[in-house]
Amino acid sequence: MLSIKNLHASVEGTAILNGINLEIKPGEVHAIMGPNGSGKSTLASVLAGREEYEVTAGEVTFKGKDLLDLSPEDRAREGVFLAFQYPVEIPGVSSTNFLRTAVNQVREYRGQEPLDAVKFLSLMKEKMKLVEIDQKLLSRALNEGFSGGEKKKNEIFQMAVLEPTLSILDETDSGLDIDALKVVANGVNQLKSKDNATIVVTHYQRLLDYIVPDYVHVLFNGRIVKSGTKALALELEEKGYDWIKDEVAGTAV
Amino acid sequence: MTLSLKKDHKLADLFLQAKPESAGPKFFSDLKSKARLVLEEVGFPTVKAEEYKYTNISKKIADSIENPGSPSPISNLEKVEALRDLLDSIDGYQIITNNGIPEEALSDSPEGLFGLHHFTDLDASAIQEIGQIEKPENDAFSALNTFSFSQGLRIDIPDGKILKKPLVMVHYVRADENGACVYPRIFINAGKNSQASVIELTVFLNDETVFVNSVSEWAVAENAHIRHYKLQDGNKNTLEVHNTGANIHKDATLTSVVLSLEAGMIRNNLSIDLNASNCEGNMYGLYLLNGKTHVDNHTNVDHTQPHSQSNELYKGILADHSRGVFNGKIFVRQIAQKTNAFQQNNNILLSEDATVNTKPQLEIWADDVKCSHGCTTGQLDEEALFYMRARGMSKESARALLLYAFAGEVLEKISIEPFKKYCEKLVHERLGGSY
Ligand SMILES: Nc1ncnc2c1ncn2[C@@H]1O[C@H](COP(=O)(O)OP(=O)(O)OP(=O)(O)O)[C@@H](O)[C@H]1O
Ligand SMILES: [Mg+2]
Repeated sequence: MLSIKNLHASVEGTAILNGINLEIKPGEVHAIMGPNGSGKSTLASVLAGREEYEVTAGEVTFKGKDLLDLSPEDRAREGVFLAFQYPVEIPGVSSTNFLRTAVNQVREYRGQEPLDAVKFLSLMKEKMKLVEIDQKLLSRALNEGFSGGEKKKNEIFQMAVLEPTLSILDETDSGLDIDALKVVANGVNQLKSKDNATIVVTHYQRLLDYIVPDYVHVLFNGRIVKSGTKALALELEEKGYDWIKDEVAGTAV
Repeated sequence: MTLSLKKDHKLADLFLQAKPESAGPKFFSDLKSKARLVLEEVGFPTVKAEEYKYTNISKKIADSIENPGSPSPISNLEKVEALRDLLDSIDGYQIITNNGIPEEALSDSPEGLFGLHHFTDLDASAIQEIGQIEKPENDAFSALNTFSFSQGLRIDIPDGKILKKPLVMVHYVRADENGACVYPRIFINAGKNSQASVIELTVFLNDETVFVNSVSEWAVAENAHIRHYKLQDGNKNTLEVHNTGANIHKDATLTSVVLSLEAGMIRNNLSIDLNASNCEGNMYGLYLLNGKTHVDNHTNVDHTQPHSQSNELYKGILADHSRGVFNGKIFVRQIAQKTNAFQQNNNILLSEDATVNTKPQLEIWADDVKCSHGCTTGQLDEEALFYMRARGMSKESARALLLYAFAGEVLEKISIEPFKKYCEKLVHERLGGSY
């Protein structure tokens, strides 16, 4: 589904991703871990099409298409979804209005009929239940004044509404209490199918108890330096990243 | 014209010659003589004058107005279709000026609701109040209007009267061989405990260059609550200078909303005197500018007694080579303790060639007050744009939605539903279209 080959990216002349390789098949869950500043969010942003990041080498194909060639909106319409590490507050734009416009533009791209107000509302209601999000929240301006946890929930809610084939969750668990975490994980799990895939970026193995990954990758200095199964996440939790840094230093010499 | 001078006397001479002082009650001839003196002595401001340093409207007028006279009344105004749908949907009391002159025959004056009088028909005490709120010596253009208007209109809303429908003042403007300068002159007296909304619209009947120079004076008596909406949606050849002055008494409120959507150059001077305790002045503005349009809002609020409040929010979206100017003066006098005064000016620049000059000017002598001000000028929020696009929304839609949300904060101050809808539609068209 997603194939990343030798991806290099830089921002304002500074190289941040230094040759990422990753293959993701339908139905899989991949966890990406790594110390602060290692490039996890950068990878997520590059996949979603943020324009400040310049891809200097490599290629990314998504469902057979050159992903890097598409605008951010077309990537979303093709089925890529990024749950932001820091969701943006957008004063004055109502959550409902925003989401309805987005959904209908996605549908238009896919050659589907637009949803009228009634159909959209029932879609909202159904998905609201799934992520246990309060209706009151959605009648407010998009993310404005939302608590950290509410913002993260809203990301998952939007994901549920848009039904992506590839979801990238960038630290969606950070800042959530255990109850909220369960709700978010439960939402993600319910949306999982044999046809879609998920990338979870996280610092905490705790999340991976609820969203069980098929693979765990460690990103360091813009490269995937180690890959393994869920056991790797447990090991990282226990030992931290230093041993991996040492390993990397060892092979570099 | 020499720009080294702070004042432009040549232009003043031109206007003084164009307008022989009209006769009429002695009070007016005295007022007009005073205005003449101001023009003779100080002339028009050049960019060397602090208050006009970003807005060289004197030069603009000198360069583009060939005939400083005033056009004759337009015939068959009742057949004009412009704004017909809007006027029908608002269903208010229409008050018409025709090239600056009040049109009694076309104006509504329902028995017992409010009074409508030409200045020349006023009794001695009502006359005395004209030109006292907006004095000719305040501003050269205030003096020009005072010197040049040939008939004014006084509207009296009686004590205790609550007008359910808005007054809709429509100024029809068209230059002709007699000139291109139009001088609407209005005095509105809102009696004690009265309540009313006034919508002010201007219809330019063609695209010829015109200069509209108005003065309006608002006397808002105890516990009266007045809302004033002004829509400026002309064309690239309109030059406008408006002086609006208001005197607010105890427990009274004046709310002003000015939307500037299309013009060549506009200067709005809005001055509110909060003259008693517990009174309130609200000043809101939205300017959407493109091409070379230049809009300058100078506002002034004076808190002279304790416990008064002012709220101010002006927002601008500027494209192409347009320019916006905002100057907000807030005075809080020494005895005006417990004053609340808030001011904000926010701008979004959509082009590298667009400019904003913004300046808050707070002078606070009282010590127990709450005052805040802030101004921002920046580009559209790229983070927000990316966030929306990452959900599948096109760049154009996301942009329009963000800009519309920005403008919406001012539009929501309009409380007359059909007028609000109309303004929202204009703003929508602008933000989805040329932006
Ligand atoms: N727009 C930018 N301008 C300059 N530097 C940037 C920019 N975006 C990211 N970086 C830098 O790139 C590096 C990787 O950042 P990134 O946000 O991808 O890390 P991360 O792995 O997500 O970290 P964290 O765990 O703290 O979220 C950091 O050193 C960061 O400062
Ligand atoms: Mg990150």
